[in-house]
Order: sequence, then C-alpha cells, then structure tokens
Amino acid sequence: MFEGYSLAELGSIFAMQGFAGLILFSVFVLMALGLAIIFGQMGVINMAHGEFMILGAYVTYLCSNFISSTAPALFPAYFFIAMALAFLASGALGMLVEWAMIRFLYRRPLDTLLATWGLSLILQQIFRSVFGAREVGVVLPDWLMGSVAVTDTIEVPINGLFVMGLTIAITIVIYAVMFRSRWGQGVRAVMQNRVMAGAVGINTEKVDRYTFGLGCGIAGVAGSAFTMVGSTGPTSGQLYIVDTFLVVVFGGAQSLIGTIASAFTISQAQSTMEFFLSGSTAKVLTLLTVVVILMLRPQGLFVLKVRR
Amino acid sequence: MTRTSQSRPRGRLFGRIDGDVAGILLLAALLIVVLPLGLDIFRLNMVGKYLTYAFVALGLVLCWGSAGILSLGQGIFFGIGGYCMAMFLKLEASSPEATKIQSTPGIPDFMDWNQLKALPWFWEPFHSLTFATVAVVAVPALLAFIVGLAMFKRRVGGVYFAIITQAFAAILTILIVGQQGYTGGINGITDLRTLKGWDIRTDEAKLVLYFVNAALLIGCILLCLYVRRSKLGRILVALRDKEDRVRFSGYDVANFKIFVFCFAAALSAVGGAMFTLQVGFMSPSFVGIVPSIEMVIYCAVGGRLSLLGAVYGTLLVNWAKTMLSESFPELWLFAMGALFIGVVMVFPNGLAGLYQQFIAPRLRRPVAGRADAAAGVDAGAPIIPPHTAAD
Repeated sequence: MFEGYSLAELGSIFAMQGFAGLILFSVFVLMALGLAIIFGQMGVINMAHGEFMILGAYVTYLCSNFISSTAPALFPAYFFIAMALAFLASGALGMLVEWAMIRFLYRRPLDTLLATWGLSLILQQIFRSVFGAREVGVVLPDWLMGSVAVTDTIEVPINGLFVMGLTIAITIVIYAVMFRSRWGQGVRAVMQNRVMAGAVGINTEKVDRYTFGLGCGIAGVAGSAFTMVGSTGPTSGQLYIVDTFLVVVFGGAQSLIGTIASAFTISQAQSTMEFFLSGSTAKVLTLLTVVVILMLRPQGLFVLKVRR
Repeated sequence: MTRTSQSRPRGRLFGRIDGDVAGILLLAALLIVVLPLGLDIFRLNMVGKYLTYAFVALGLVLCWGSAGILSLGQGIFFGIGGYCMAMFLKLEASSPEATKIQSTPGIPDFMDWNQLKALPWFWEPFHSLTFATVAVVAVPALLAFIVGLAMFKRRVGGVYFAIITQAFAAILTILIVGQQGYTGGINGITDLRTLKGWDIRTDEAKLVLYFVNAALLIGCILLCLYVRRSKLGRILVALRDKEDRVRFSGYDVANFKIFVFCFAAALSAVGGAMFTLQVGFMSPSFVGIVPSIEMVIYCAVGGRLSLLGAVYGTLLVNWAKTMLSESFPELWLFAMGALFIGVVMVFPNGLAGLYQQFIAPRLRRPVAGRADAAAGVDAGAPIIPPHTAAD
C-alpha cells in the first residue's frame, strides 16, 4: 500500500493524517471524558450521551446566530459564550435526567442502558422537530479560518489547532476538579464506597446528581467544539456513541489517563489507515482490533486497583 | 421435591394441559386460524414479517430474561441468517439466462455493477439449498460460540458484554455497507424471485410461507419451553441470580452462558431466514445497532421472562410502529423512547407481568380447584426481584 509515494511524501502524509487524527482524537477525548466520569466513576451507561453533545452543538448554533444578528461586535468571541451556555444547558438537562430517571436505576446498569437509549430517541426526535432533519453548521469567526503552513507540503487548519488547545485545557480542568479539589475527592469517595462516604457525612445523592450533571455538561462542551470541525444533525450523536464507549472501555473504565491514551490510539490508527485503505475498511479494522484486544484483556489498557 | 397438588408438573411437556401449553394452543389458534381469516394477504404478510422478529425475542427471553445476558447484537445473527438465505435465492435468480445482458452473466447484478468478474469464493457453496439451510443456523451459532467463548471464559459479562456485542453489530454493518461488490452494500440483496423454481412473490406463496413461519415459531416456542423446564434452564436462572454460588457448586458457568447465547443466535438466524423468504430482500438496515436494540424492546415489552409475552410484545410493538409511522411519523420515535423508559421504570415485567397481576387472578377464581391449569399464560415466569433484574 505504500508504492508510488516517495519517502518525503509519505512523511507529509503521515503528518497530515496524524493531524487529522488529532482532531478526531480531540472530539473523542471530549466526549469520552464526560462518559468516563459517568460510566467509569458512577457505573451508569448513558446511551444518550451523544444527544447531550448534540444539544451543546445546537446551543452553539443558536448562540452564533443570535450574536451575529444582535451584537456583531461580540462575534469573534461568541464561541466562549456558547461554550459556557452549552455546558450549562447540557449539565442542567443531565441533572434533571438524573433526578427523574437515573437515580432509580443505579443498581440495574443494563436497565439504565435501555432507559437512556429511549431518552436518546426522544431527544433526537425533539432536535428533528425543532431544528429540522438537515445538518446545520456555524459560521466561524475570521480568526479561526485558514490554516498555518508548516512546510511546503504540510498545512495545519487553525480551527483544528483551536479545538486541540481547548481539549487540553478542558482535560486539565477536569483533572484538577476530580483529583485536586475537595469536591472531586467527595465524588471519588462516593464511587469507591457509597455507604462509608454517606457515613462520614457526604450527601451521596447530591454528589451523584452533580457528577452526572458534570459529565453531561462536558458532553455539551464537546458538542460545542464539534461544531468547529463538522456540521450537526439530529442523529450525529448516535454516530459517535459506540466508538466513545469503546474508547472508555478500551482505556480501562476507571482511569482518565487510560481514556485519553485509548482515544489517542484509536483515532490515530483510524485516520492513518483511512488514507491508505477505504474509510469503511479502516473503521472496521480499528473497531475489530479494539474488540479483539478487549476480549483478551477485558479490563482495558489501564487498570486502577480498587478493592471491591 | 415432593409433588403436591399445588406444584407444577416438571419435565413432562405433553403429559397434561398446563398453563403454558394452554397459552401456546391459544397463540397457535390465533396465528393459524384467526389472523389468516381476518386479514387480507398484504396485512398477513406484514404479520408474518413481525413474527420473524419474534424468533429474536424468544432468543432474548432465554438469553436475557432467564440467564441475565443482555446481547445488543441480536441483529447480527438475524442478519446473517437472512443473508445466508438471500445469497442462495440471489444465486438462483442470477442464472446465466436471466442475467445475459450483464457484462459477466451468471453473477448477481450488484456484483456486475461493481465490476466483479467472477463469483467470490464464499458465494460458491450457496448454490446448494442444503448448504444454505445449514449455514443459516450454523454460521451464526459458530460466531456466537467464538464470541461467547472469548468473553464468558474470561468472565466478562453484563454491561461490557452488551457494549461489545453492540460494537460487533456496528462492525458488521460497516463491513456490509463498505464491501458493496460482495454484499450488495446499503441496498442489500434485493430482487429475490424463486426458491427451487417456486415463485415466492405470489400471494399464494406468501400464504404458504406465513403458515410455515407460524408453525416454525410454535415449534421454537416449544423448544424454548423445553429448555427452560430442563435442569439446564434452572441453572441459567440460578446463575443469573447468584453466579458465584452456581460456580462454587461445581458448575462451569461459562459453558451454560455460551450455550444459551448460541441458542439465541440460532433462533434469531431462523427468524432472519424466514424474513428474507417472506419479504423478498435483506439489507444492512436489519443488522446494525438500532435494529438490534429495537429487538430488545420487543422482548422487554412482552415481558423479559415470558416466551409467549415476547411474541405478543413483538406483534404489538411492530403493529404500533406500522400504524404510527403510517399516520404520524414524527410521533413514532417519541412513542418508542417512552416505551424504552416505561418498560424499565414502570412495568419491568412487561405485558406478561401486567397479565399476571391483573388478569390471571380473575381467571383463576372460577376454577380455583385447578390452580395449575389456569395459572396464566406463562406461569413459570416469576416476578423479577428488583436487585437481580439486570446484573
């Protein structure tokens, strides 16, 4: 499959595809981080995660339209406002869902899976009724357009760079919240030993609700970032959900570092192979490899040692 | 255990008329007498199509309801069964005479469109009906065996199993859609005409196929009932409720799980093959994640513990789907979503649970002396204890 390319060309191809892979990686990481918190920490299967992401994307779309028509001066910075709103919208919906549905199902993970699938169908249809079945895209402010030429043959799009920077920033924030703040300590305490955490005075129900909200909020931010690199339709979320679950499971469900490492591996493998094979073959090979590795090593790449 | 007048007969399926058998007779009467008399051939064919999903739902009752293994990839097996049958029918429809306008006569039309010059090797054996019929059951069972062996021996279960089966459904769909020249791509295998020279598109053939399908379904229900009442069936329930305890009693838990997963796969595949015969095509839209999880809801609506409930649930959900999509297409997804949530949160035992709670006690009163004869459609189904419902 390498015939007909010179060594320099191959280098450029790998660099460009590697970069395309990094954008895919960013989307995966943003989606998977929320899922890793909800699934990895809480053990809840949220099949509607993709729809929370799409909610964030639609909020960004509305926000961009609203700001460009009412306050064009703010337009270059609209994305940051949109991101905050997306976080709040998805997070609030997440907390509502937790209160109305998830909290009754903590001991029945398979049933949660079915119930949240139902929720995802309902959300999809709401999106379709409100925004129409066609995909929508946002207008990027000028400073996000164009690309940086690194060498003669390698060009890097700015919006991709921005999404990657954003991903790194969000990852650091989440790490700080989960592992350095008192609140995060409370979350980890509840997840490791619910009864004991309750006994030392942590309000476990409140922790559950806010954790679920945080996970969904991050999904909203992911959706917001997603609008920078792709267009949004009512069913876009469903396209990513299985991949994202595989990313989380592959990385080892309790480990945030594992999630990032596995998102990196999967996205790079897929985008590099995509150039040489057809897109569908690349995807099949990637997924198949992941599934086979998972069969051999069901606990995932990184395992957190927890006494159960 | 000593048999008292209250205990249910075990192991003697045809020994006497008990609740389950009465329920099956009622269903058989409905499928074989009432529906064919009451519906025109178009609607009857549609019911026949729904009934092919009931095979999948039956498999899920054993796999998910009895043994607690939720597979979100039953569409894979339904699809493979359907494709095996479709490959045979397609080859019969692509005889050199029928396809002489193609640049390569004698191969299926979609291969010709994709510039294939010869039949791929894995299509060759499907010239034989015997091979195709065996493959319908054997290929899915083998695949299920491999997946089950790899996962259950390593004690992977529950949620992880569900996600991985779902990934398999995604992989197979992408593969079928991507390899257009070999599989027919997104359109699937269409334009199927005859089975050994017998035209399957006529109304008469559809009627015959409907009866064959209904009879097969009744046969499969009896088979499932037999499995459930055997010792094996009770071990399955035991390992759902307390897996470690079964393991410590000396059973190899994985083998039982592999068996029930393969059994469910084979049932789904039979449904898939019947689907192809009755509907006349097979496409990847019956294989992927969405149809696979939809099949779970058929089983859940009927009651995940009830074999007959699964059949009624399948009929009801599909009937509602057809009705709603015909008149209010945008409402269907709302209804479906609500069904998923409702069946989990409000009535986890589905229709069968409602029946046992509200209708069975009324039926039982007049014949109180014969408790076991009127114990309900599927009296073997206990109410799910809340903490064991899923894990």
